[in-house]
Amino acid sequence: MNVKYMFSLVAVILLFLLAYVGVEAAGLQVLFGIVIPYAALIVFIIGVINRVIGWARSPVPFRIPSTCGQQRSLPWIKASELDNPFTTPGVVARMFLEILFFRSLFRNTKSKLGQGPKIYFSLEMWLWLGALAFHWSFLTVIVRHLRLFTEPVPFWIGLLEKADGFFQVGVPGIFLSGVVLLAAVFYLFLRRVIIPQVNYVSLSQDFFPLFLIFGIAFTGILMRHFAKIDVIGAKQLAMGLVTFHPTIPQGIGGIFYVHIFFVSVLLAYFPFSKLMHMGGIFMSPTRNLSCNTRAVRHINPWNYPVETHTYEEYEEEFREKMIEAGLPVEKE
Amino acid sequence: MSDPKPNELIEKIDYNPPQKGWMDVPVKIRKGMYCYASNPKSVEYVHLPHARPWNPLEEDWKLPDNWKEIVHNAFRERLDKFRSFKVFMDICVRCGACADKCHFFIGTGDPKNMPVLRAELLRSVYRNDFTAAGKILGKVAGARELTLDVLKEWWYYFFQCTECRRCSVFCPYGIDTAEITIMAREIFNLLGLNIDWIATPIANCYRTGNHLGIQPHAFKEMIEFFVDDIEEKTGVKVEPSFNKKGADILFVTPSGDVFADPGTYTAMGYLMLFHYLKEQGLNVTWSTYASEGGNFGFFTSHEMMKRLNAKMYAEAKRLGVKWILGGECGHMWRVINQYMDTMNGPADFLEEPVSPITGTKFTNAKSTKMVHLSEFTADLIYHNKLKLDKSRNDSLIVTYHDSCNPARGMGLFDEPRYVINSVCNHFHDMPRNTIREQTFCCGSGSGLNAGEDTELRLCGGLPRANAVKHVHEKFGVNMLATICAIDRAALPPLMNYWVPGVGVTGLTEMVANALIMPGEAERTTNLRGEPLSGMEE
Repeated sequence: MNVKYMFSLVAVILLFLLAYVGVEAAGLQVLFGIVIPYAALIVFIIGVINRVIGWARSPVPFRIPSTCGQQRSLPWIKASELDNPFTTPGVVARMFLEILFFRSLFRNTKSKLGQGPKIYFSLEMWLWLGALAFHWSFLTVIVRHLRLFTEPVPFWIGLLEKADGFFQVGVPGIFLSGVVLLAAVFYLFLRRVIIPQVNYVSLSQDFFPLFLIFGIAFTGILMRHFAKIDVIGAKQLAMGLVTFHPTIPQGIGGIFYVHIFFVSVLLAYFPFSKLMHMGGIFMSPTRNLSCNTRAVRHINPWNYPVETHTYEEYEEEFREKMIEAGLPVEKE
Repeated sequence: MSDPKPNELIEKIDYNPPQKGWMDVPVKIRKGMYCYASNPKSVEYVHLPHARPWNPLEEDWKLPDNWKEIVHNAFRERLDKFRSFKVFMDICVRCGACADKCHFFIGTGDPKNMPVLRAELLRSVYRNDFTAAGKILGKVAGARELTLDVLKEWWYYFFQCTECRRCSVFCPYGIDTAEITIMAREIFNLLGLNIDWIATPIANCYRTGNHLGIQPHAFKEMIEFFVDDIEEKTGVKVEPSFNKKGADILFVTPSGDVFADPGTYTAMGYLMLFHYLKEQGLNVTWSTYASEGGNFGFFTSHEMMKRLNAKMYAEAKRLGVKWILGGECGHMWRVINQYMDTMNGPADFLEEPVSPITGTKFTNAKSTKMVHLSEFTADLIYHNKLKLDKSRNDSLIVTYHDSCNPARGMGLFDEPRYVINSVCNHFHDMPRNTIREQTFCCGSGSGLNAGEDTELRLCGGLPRANAVKHVHEKFGVNMLATICAIDRAALPPLMNYWVPGVGVTGLTEMVANALIMPGEAERTTNLRGEPLSGMEE
């Protein structure tokens, strides 16, 4: 049994019980429906800003992009503006593809040592696909939820819902994004358990958000399709939160509170965890800088003078030998 | 100790990680896998702290009493000075995409050679010392305290990274292990924990201008020896100039090129190329003071890199040249491309580089004012300024090794390939996953090409050698071309070990062999003295 994921699994189960029992047995609706969500949001916002400012406070002394394509040099050699961007539009394009489509991960290969010895490389698309599925479906789910926080609901959310429920299976219709999210989280969990190397480097904090997000998606689907909670009540509560007139409508049910408690925990956990990669990817100096260092001087704000061995000192030591060897010198 | 046989080395590779968690597996510093400790005299010479004799195999590393405090403060200082370091400490999600991208992991199977885990060695202490979660939750949050064993583990594994940056290409956030290794090594140097294969070249370079400690008169003599050699083989007497004021161009190349085969043939190539262009208006000088292109300071600290690199601009200024031409070297070009102008610029006393032969403006180097020889040569060939007889290289079936730093720290891919295709008839690239930005390290970069860590180098060089083997078997490749002096030193033994029958050459050596020199005698041999094809007796 893997202690690293057991710890996180138990933590998420405890969180589930905490919210469920808290609401169903102790009647703490106000705490779980109003206080904690507000607190979590504040922690999230302040935490993320703090973290990003913390990074921004450290300067970028050197321009160190990873150059993954041909440099711009001679006019007749075709430069790769995307992988070795000389200009800012190139950097923007590179970042756009990194952030929205995980381009570097798309390169992923798998190596295998075979007889001979011979090392084989094969394309390994699963991680890229899994990651894309996970992030995009999660985004879709979040955007869909804006229905609960807006009145009137903008038409494009309706459009997104229509697209998301395209397959029209069941009543109410199953959203593709919810299913994909669950499946992707499960895949990301499985690879952490099954692939020996990934398992070896995984920490409990790598499992915790997976279980938590699984819990969020699971309780969400449960409410929509099985527990069938009072949607109007849920919207009332959500609208109360965003209009700063929080209310606790009657009879929404414990699962709903578990759902928003999980979301709250995720929000509050976010700034202190690796989930900050969402912000960090924008700040990575190996990706977000133009590769024009020989054409445009990059300034290091803390550049300081250093001790060097000057030519004069050098000549002083070797002058005689230099003269003898016929090398020109400054002082005869 | 004799080196293990190839099959023994392969048998040792086991990709299955141990049962125990990595924090519970103590480091074992193993012979053949580490480099000797720095010579205190060398450390002292460049005024780095805590110079002392010490031995990595001994229990007591004779650290300063307050070593933990030094590490902690140095860590914090670097987090505050380098956004790269801070972001890279925070955002790794341990997806594992980098794991099998590292040549040392592929070649050893040691899980701590996975880039992610190499970084976690530092990150675990970072969490413990600098993050709230780590302070509260401890090991559950992946945090651990810095102990002597942890420091030894750092030392062992950050000297098993060649700063090649291959992992950074595959990381979805661009986390660059080279950057992390650089920080770790900076910290080691504050404790006097460098390896001698870096420390002594640095001291040499500081004093004599080059890593090998060649004094000015000897440097000149060595090159004059090449002059005689060239005359013997081509009938042309080349006349290089040294420390010449009023030259247009300062030429700087790694000292390895003047020191040992097969780099020496590349050095002869430079001499011949410059001589050939003399009549067309090239006025170039060598310098005995700036007689090193490489920069082992880069493997020590940013400060040491700057101290050694300063000589290039200083000498260019003293001699009054217009711009600088750089020879074939790997990490040298990362330093020039990404650091030099920032550290030691602005080079406002130089002019925007223009080829005196073709008139091409090297606008991509207009601030740093330093041009790569491959850019320069490719431009010459493109403008038909070199008379070349490709067939002289007909006995060669060539492949090209992209050196890590010009690849991933510059993007120099097509210039050298253009040059190779212009000087030989048989060129075959290695498989796509092993060249260009995905190129594999020679296994000996970043100061690790010592003798005592041969096993490590052979393991790390396995993926590179294996790709060469592929084209050797498929196309009969018998020559591996490269533009790095460390490659020229490290790859011949690597080839001998894994792919016997493949030689190693610099680019300019091949150019010089094909170059039809005005007034040359009939060329019967190449620069190595081997008969040219059709000239065999």
